[in-house]
Amino acid sequence: MAAYVLRRVLWGLVLLVLVSLLTFVIFYVLPSADPAQLRAGRDASPATLHQIRVSLGLDRPLTVQYWTFLKRLVLHADLGFSYFSGASVGSLLLDRLPATISLTLGAVVVWLLVAVPLGVVSAVRRGTWVDKLTTGGALLGISVPVYWLGLVALYLFASDIGKFPLLPGAGSYVPFTHDPWKWFTALILPWLVLASTFAAVYARLLRGNMIEVLSEDYVRTARAKGLSERRVVWRHGLRAAVTPLVTLAGLDIGLLLGGAVLTETVFGIPGIGRLNYDAITHADYPVIQGTVLLAAIFVIVANIVVDVAYAYLDPRVREA
Amino acid sequence: MSAALRVEDLRVAFDTRAGLVQAVDGVSFAVAPGRTLGIVGESGSGKTVAATTAMGLLRGPRVRVSGRVELDGEELLGASPDRLRALRGDAIAMVFQDPLSALHPLLRVGDQIAETLRAHAGARGLSRAAARARAVELLDQVAIPDARRRVDAYPHELSGGMRQRALIAMAIANEPRVLIADEPTTALDVTVQRQILALLRRLRDELGMAMVLITHDLGVVAETADEVAVMYAGRIVEQALAAELFAAPRHPYTWGLLRSMPRLDAPVGSALVPIPGRPPSLIHPPSGCRFHPRCAYVRERHRSVDPSLEPVIGAPEHRVACLLPETERRALWAALSAESVR
Repeated sequence: MAAYVLRRVLWGLVLLVLVSLLTFVIFYVLPSADPAQLRAGRDASPATLHQIRVSLGLDRPLTVQYWTFLKRLVLHADLGFSYFSGASVGSLLLDRLPATISLTLGAVVVWLLVAVPLGVVSAVRRGTWVDKLTTGGALLGISVPVYWLGLVALYLFASDIGKFPLLPGAGSYVPFTHDPWKWFTALILPWLVLASTFAAVYARLLRGNMIEVLSEDYVRTARAKGLSERRVVWRHGLRAAVTPLVTLAGLDIGLLLGGAVLTETVFGIPGIGRLNYDAITHADYPVIQGTVLLAAIFVIVANIVVDVAYAYLDPRVREA
Repeated sequence: MSAALRVEDLRVAFDTRAGLVQAVDGVSFAVAPGRTLGIVGESGSGKTVAATTAMGLLRGPRVRVSGRVELDGEELLGASPDRLRALRGDAIAMVFQDPLSALHPLLRVGDQIAETLRAHAGARGLSRAAARARAVELLDQVAIPDARRRVDAYPHELSGGMRQRALIAMAIANEPRVLIADEPTTALDVTVQRQILALLRRLRDELGMAMVLITHDLGVVAETADEVAVMYAGRIVEQALAAELFAAPRHPYTWGLLRSMPRLDAPVGSALVPIPGRPPSLIHPPSGCRFHPRCAYVRERHRSVDPSLEPVIGAPEHRVACLLPETERRALWAALSAESVR
């Protein structure tokens, strides 16, 4: 197992280099705003522009630029400085990470708490109104775009613009360390909105898995042993049906930690996704590269964690 | 002698889109403690449905059940789900066909056994440690070597035979009065089959259980059953003591089963004789005798008259549902058995 994980980690590093190269190439090949121009402001003289280019190292050949970036990253763990604010990319990422982690983990808790009971109950009571309501709701949840749902939620419930001003609206995020209660209330709407799509997908997936598992021979055995129906469903059934869900959750968490761009933008949460969005609008290459690499790291780590977790959850995988 | 399990006029039908499937159509039998009833028949003859219905495992809006199933005199078909749950795995237990799919793949064998014990431990309860210790004893009792270690094994870590032993250990955990074994050896190697049958016989005798052995394999029945019921298309067509059935079978379908069974004592080169045709539809069963489309001795009258299970003249324990006259049946079987010996 240790050797397997090590191999995966090494492959992950290779992948990261490829991702950084790809980001670099895309940034320079595809048309984007000129970073120097954006920094210099309107009506800057060609001399000023040139000076900025030199100071940012943009005048040197692309290969040299990439090599310099890679060398700094590997030798000094240094992602460079933002073209836009001049702050170090590393510190920007660290500043923004807590908000993204707060948003992601809270949403995960919400969607699992909603999806697992709904998925199980609608599988057990297949065809009843609970099932129909869940399946219909899930379809809605999957179809509705997050940014639209976010705006509707703000329009309905935000304390500033809402029809029913119940909860803090956009831009109200406070770090947990400042004020845990405000942190919590400010995140309730974003959590619910971000969780809705995932809850829908997970509930449907679990319902399908449960229906399949509940017709397995070993579930009949569990009933034949005289176990309570609750134990049959929640221990024997769910135990077998939940494994693919854990895999999916791991990957989704990895993906979201890289930044929930839409949700963070709609709710004005200063997270990685928002940072990435701003960096793209400012053609802030070092920050784009930083956010993309961070997201890639999360996805790669999530994949490894999921594989290890799978072996832990299913003893048959352990030996293979 | 009072029966541990008595089934009377059991009828089970499934309401499907294609129509009403009459899977079990008026089946009656009884098994006394320490005795074994073998139920034989092809796939789809209703043997498993009859057994799972008796266990209360087949209930639902699309299942129609009538008749009586009594466990030590207690009626089960009308029993509440809670009462059934309390009896299942405790007073009446079941061993299933494919031990790999019948065991939960993600739970340790010992935990699966302990769970059965704890589910029926009553108000006093049973500690985890005690249940585990008893699980080791049970694995020992079904002759799983190194039980102390195997109690922590997952099903996929055991061989097929050991899995079936573990499943049997689970079934006998609470020393049931009735054990239903549904094709317990079908998924196993021939050598292992014999061991599992020997184990079932030993446990039946040790625990004084009434056993119902469901199989399509007459060899299994010959080895283990005291009494045999042959099922065809949801009905019992012949029922007799095992020795009597093998010595003097009366139903053409039973003859077919016997003649299609490979035997080591048969002369070299003697051919197996298959039963022609296929099991009938249970939605639109054949008119008259249900076996008539496949029967070599069919008469015009058999297409319209439905035979009932009647005692054989001179052998009241032996009952058969066949319209052929007894003398003719006797002569036909004599000719058939002479032919296969020749």
